[in-house]
Amino acid sequence: MDTKPEFKPGNYLYAAKASALETVGLPNPRDWNPTDDDWKLPADWKGVVREGIAQRLERFRTFKLFMDICVRCGACADKCHFFIGSGDPKNMPVLRAELIRSIYRGEFKTAGKILGRLAGGRKLTEEVIKEWFYYFFQCTECRRCSVFCPYGIDTAEITIIAREIINLLGCNIDWIASPVANCFMTGNHLGLKPHTFKENAEYLLDDIEEYVGVKIEPSFNRKGAEILFVTPSGDIFAEPGIFTFMGYLMLFEHIGLDYTWSTYASEGGNFGFFTSHEMMKRLNAKMYAEAERLGVKWILGGECGHMWRVVHQYMNTLNGPPDFLDQPVNPITGTRFDNAASTKMVHISEFTADLIKNNKLKLDPSQNDHYTVTFHDSCNTSRGMGLLEEPRYIINNVCNNFVDMAPQTIRENTFCCGSGSGLNAGEYLEMRLRGGLPRANAVKRVAEDKGVNMLSCVCAIDRAVFPALMDYWVPGTDVCGVTELVANALVMEGQGEREYNLRGEENPSYVPPPESEGEAEGEAGEEGEE
Amino acid sequence: MIGFLFSVVAVLVLVGIALVGVGGLGLKVLFGVIIPYAAVLTFFAGLVYRVVDWGRSPVPFRIPTTCGQEKSLPWIKTNKVDNPCSGGMVLLRMAFEVLTFRSLFRNMKLDYRQGPTIRYSSEKFLWLFAMMFHWAFLVVIIRHARFFTEPIAQWLQGIEHLDGFLEFNLATFGIGLPTIQMSGLILLGGVTLLLVRRIVVPSVRYISLASDWFPLFLITFIALTGILARYVIRVDVVKIKELAMGLATFHPVVPDGISVWFYVHFFLVCVLFAYFPFSKLMHLGGVFLSPTRNLVNNSRAVLHVNPWSYPVKTHAYHEYEDDFREQMIEAGLPVEKTLEEAAAEKAPAAPAPAEADTEVTEEKED
Ligand code: HEM
Ligand code: SF4
Ligand code: SF4
Repeated sequence: MDTKPEFKPGNYLYAAKASALETVGLPNPRDWNPTDDDWKLPADWKGVVREGIAQRLERFRTFKLFMDICVRCGACADKCHFFIGSGDPKNMPVLRAELIRSIYRGEFKTAGKILGRLAGGRKLTEEVIKEWFYYFFQCTECRRCSVFCPYGIDTAEITIIAREIINLLGCNIDWIASPVANCFMTGNHLGLKPHTFKENAEYLLDDIEEYVGVKIEPSFNRKGAEILFVTPSGDIFAEPGIFTFMGYLMLFEHIGLDYTWSTYASEGGNFGFFTSHEMMKRLNAKMYAEAERLGVKWILGGECGHMWRVVHQYMNTLNGPPDFLDQPVNPITGTRFDNAASTKMVHISEFTADLIKNNKLKLDPSQNDHYTVTFHDSCNTSRGMGLLEEPRYIINNVCNNFVDMAPQTIRENTFCCGSGSGLNAGEYLEMRLRGGLPRANAVKRVAEDKGVNMLSCVCAIDRAVFPALMDYWVPGTDVCGVTELVANALVMEGQGEREYNLRGEENPSYVPPPESEGEAEGEAGEEGEE
Repeated sequence: MIGFLFSVVAVLVLVGIALVGVGGLGLKVLFGVIIPYAAVLTFFAGLVYRVVDWGRSPVPFRIPTTCGQEKSLPWIKTNKVDNPCSGGMVLLRMAFEVLTFRSLFRNMKLDYRQGPTIRYSSEKFLWLFAMMFHWAFLVVIIRHARFFTEPIAQWLQGIEHLDGFLEFNLATFGIGLPTIQMSGLILLGGVTLLLVRRIVVPSVRYISLASDWFPLFLITFIALTGILARYVIRVDVVKIKELAMGLATFHPVVPDGISVWFYVHFFLVCVLFAYFPFSKLMHLGGVFLSPTRNLVNNSRAVLHVNPWSYPVKTHAYHEYEDDFREQMIEAGLPVEKTLEEAAAEKAPAAPAPAEADTEVTEEKED
């Protein structure tokens, strides 16, 4: 417990800017740096922390219970990707929790107050706050530890609450605080203003027209649409997420869905979740508010991990119940989604799986034949929801070559990408590469043994961070969203030759039509034989 | 390390207290009646207090840790135990958790021995030791009921019979020991193995506190003195039963001629009882209350209400449109108010611009 963390480039995250905190009214806005000696904490910071802990003990049974019942059996110790990748003992989930548990004992429990160290208690000092900042932003809230704990102690929950407490002192990171401020004002993390959001979508529509030969004209902020579609803004912005975004557009066009995008609720993700429960609620409110304003019947949500943790486990409680919405029914198949009866929001993978099961998609899986695909379960959708079979069912229907990674590294045992919960900042690359090591290692195994060259996922953060992780650990492996694979396989009405895939690469699965010149035909035939 | 030494010494001191108290000072009533009553009282009062105290903190969100397929489309097979979709399934999950330590059974160990590739191998030792220890503990406790009940229930004798099946084997060797009860030995074995594991596995040793060592030593000594009393000293069971029945019927008697080692055993048990509610041993109660395990994963199907929910400041759509109206119109996005309408509304409101400033959304709950 005594070794102090050392803030070195690559292992810590930049501090939140004053302006970002001011935008959303968070306490103690100031410009500072974690390497500073003086963190400019508020004058009565000890009181704030004590009160913050006391209040949360009263509000969260999880927190109170998890402070009390850990037996330090160590079952969780080697389950954390940051411990595996860094070897730092304080990255063992049990010790991460002890960082705050020791203060709980030392400041709140009689034995800890009197016996101090002997009873596992510590006093609150500025060093402790620095340590919290270091280690609670070195946990991606992935819940892997919670799967193995005999009492279900969820260190992610402890991290969530610890971050909430240091936020009371204004100690957040820039990579979380800025997206939060952006999202509050413009509706999305990237700060895309309404017209920019639409323009970005239009670029992608142009690409679809060029590569697929189909002109799509979606609607934005349209009142009276049947469905509101919400997905993370990261996917409208950068590769390879944009290909998934194009996939959504094509899929909805293919089935003739009556839906609309919103520039106001233009963010599915919720970095507020990485700040505090209150901030999560403030940012999440837009989804229902916009659904009500537009008068849609229900909401469909795109591929994203933490977005779905919030939608599935929190949204209805935070901002519901949305009585103005109807129970979701797939207008194409007539399937009623009973599992979303109250929250009234359906996951795109549930939706697509239902379409495929009912034969509503015209698919040509051979379009993905040049890929050998594996699937990364996002922490949040696997351990905070249980969405495991739907994506696999979809992939198996749109691809001919799918292999899973080792069972200890998928489904509920899945390893985090190492960059979740707002830690995907550039300055943090070293730590992210370390945290991503176990995941990358599992990919490497299937890449070497089974020839996997495509890592698919249902998470926008995964799409943003895996390319760097793969380049470093498993070069030659690409990253895509599941809906991109669906779009590749979709046979669109009136489509062109599809000589290029959505990435603008020549489509290796492309077979020139027989009426073209004999040469090309011969070549294709030869290739086929080899 | 300090914690380790402290715990050993503490347990030895406790043994010493009982030896001196009963053997030296003859305080039999204190150790045979007063302390036991006080300990049992502390145990129950403390247990109830702790559980009620936990119960007072609400569960604001429904956040089970899901360890299998959710219930979604009817043709997808749900993993009902690890991702419970009904109250009954939660009971099943909890039963597996409590009776078989299902989560511990998942345990795996990673190793780097094969070079850069990380491998994961199953690691069942903790599960095995913990199962030995807890089940043996349970049987031992149940068996002790024979001292406190008269007549001894049929089922109790059944358990003893099962527990003591080694008797026949030993009897054939002509060893005249009392029936060997396996549970006691398994308990001692289990607790020793847990202790050894804690000492040998570096990561577990590193995280251990005094409060982890102390119960292990305490229980080791309880088991040791119990076995000592039964097989070596062969304490006078009839007299002990007299004492126990006295306690159980609230007519305490302190018969003479009970070995001091019985009092040591008894005192350590009292300490365990009194210590229980204030220690990590409360995981006994906690495991049932754990929200990541005892909730149904139906968050989207059934509303879960947060009792302390409060209204928060949001950025409402009309504020957003006010910020971007012109650009939205230019981009061909629909708006609620045209520029003229917005300007017209602004004009009369100009003297009192404060109203739109802080927008608090109305809460649905009261
Ligand atoms: C009901 C579910 C229970 C579960 C899942 C459970 C699990 C565990 C585990 C995993 C340990 C850690 C072993 C280690 O120290 O490495 C432990 C320790 C212990 N448990 Fe339980 N336990 C349960 C109930 C109980 C009950 C009813 C008792 C009642 C006496 C109990 C008494 C103890 C004691 C005394 C230890 C101490 C050993 C130590 O400190 O390591 N447990 N338990
Ligand atoms: S597995 Fe649970 S009880 Fe064991 S050390 Fe980790 S958090 Fe504590
Ligand atoms: S939630 Fe994930 S990152 Fe955090 S301590 Fe547990 S295993 Fe590690």
